[in-house]
Amino acid sequence: MALIDLANPSRFVALVGRVLPWLIVATVIAFAFGLRESYLAPDDYQQGATVKIMFIHVPNAWLSMFAWGVMSIAALGTLVWRHPLADVAAKCAAPLGAAFTLLALVTGSLWGRPMWGTYWVWDARLTSVLVLFIMYLALIALWRTVDDQNRAGRAAAVLTLVGAVNLPIIKFSVDWWNTLHQPASVLRMGGPTIDRSLLIPLAVMALAFALLFVTLHLAAMRNEIMRRRVRTLMLMQAERA
Amino acid sequence: MTALSALFARDARVAIRIGGGAMMGVLFFLAVVTLVPFAIGPDLALLRRIGPAILWLGALLSSLLALDRLFANDHEDGSLDLILMARPPLELIVITKALAHWVTTGLPLVVAAPILGLFLNLDPAALSATVLTLLVGTPALTFIGVIGAALATALRRGGLLLPVLVLPLTIPVLIFGVAATNAAAVGPMPFETPFTILCALTLMSGVIGPFAAAATLRYGME
Repeated sequence: MALIDLANPSRFVALVGRVLPWLIVATVIAFAFGLRESYLAPDDYQQGATVKIMFIHVPNAWLSMFAWGVMSIAALGTLVWRHPLADVAAKCAAPLGAAFTLLALVTGSLWGRPMWGTYWVWDARLTSVLVLFIMYLALIALWRTVDDQNRAGRAAAVLTLVGAVNLPIIKFSVDWWNTLHQPASVLRMGGPTIDRSLLIPLAVMALAFALLFVTLHLAAMRNEIMRRRVRTLMLMQAERA
Repeated sequence: MTALSALFARDARVAIRIGGGAMMGVLFFLAVVTLVPFAIGPDLALLRRIGPAILWLGALLSSLLALDRLFANDHEDGSLDLILMARPPLELIVITKALAHWVTTGLPLVVAAPILGLFLNLDPAALSATVLTLLVGTPALTFIGVIGAALATALRRGGLLLPVLVLPLTIPVLIFGVAATNAAAVGPMPFETPFTILCALTLMSGVIGPFAAAATLRYGME
């Protein structure tokens, strides 16, 4: 099925209805397995038990950037291909991205307190992720203040693409500047540098959170389509009355 | 080319004659800088240390003030529709309008900065570094600001939305502007490193800003 077939909202809603139960089951299984693996994983020789915060922190941090990536592709869909569901996808990804970014920031500072001795430092990685969080909130504010959804969708698309400049800055901030945040140890040239016993729980948790994102995103898109339909129906009813 | 230079002259003339955009920005800048000693106490040593940061922060906030008038005035009197239909590419028109806006609102801030720096007890080295970084950095603020101005006009929503959208994008400019000034005043980093990044930010926003603003106006006005 091509992407253009999903341009029909009814077909999209029907597909989501078929896929969603399976996705929910897969997410629950992945989380159950991932949490068990995380619980059984050995303590790090330096970080002790606090290394387990990483199993939540790292997937959230990845998804905080992934969500903006999804929104950027959706923004291209809105501006270039005029795909009718692209702005729905972008609108529904923004609150999810904001939530994942907030979780990454909170778990990061909880880890930072025992390890670095402080909840927060103004280094490049932390600052750029905080900027990402503020930009998510600004985008949500934009969606909320404008009633004309088409107009808001196109404006938000332009702003999303401008904000995408921040993504490479976040990814490479640990390489470009001398930061307190440690450099990449999984997604790097020459393979991961962390031990297998910690890498497997991390990979499973990353998969679980990615499934959670997809599940919530599809459900939110379906809700948004329904909300727009209800609004249209109410407008038609008001016209008739 | 004549159309663009005519547009530049018109925008500059309008900004100087009515609304008092330039003087209003400088006045706000003065007010912000005056507030700081009241908030932290008249400790001259402390003011000298944080002075460059205060000047940068004041200039950043002042540059936001006049932004929402950039396209809104033209939209209200209908000249924006004519500008959108004009022969020169919209991106060049946006650059011209942004330059005119910077000359009438950004440049006065740079000129006012040395006088306000004296209030903050800055020494000549820090003062000249602040003025130089502001001269290079405020165009970046304007070029990023045109995106916000175009969004506010296309969405028919001004007010608080514009600063909320623009401020996160200006953070890198603020970081490297203040870093370069501090490097010149106290070291130990060489001045050139953050300063060249600031120049790069200005050039980059000079490319991204007009394109994004032009796209917003095109999609928003149809």
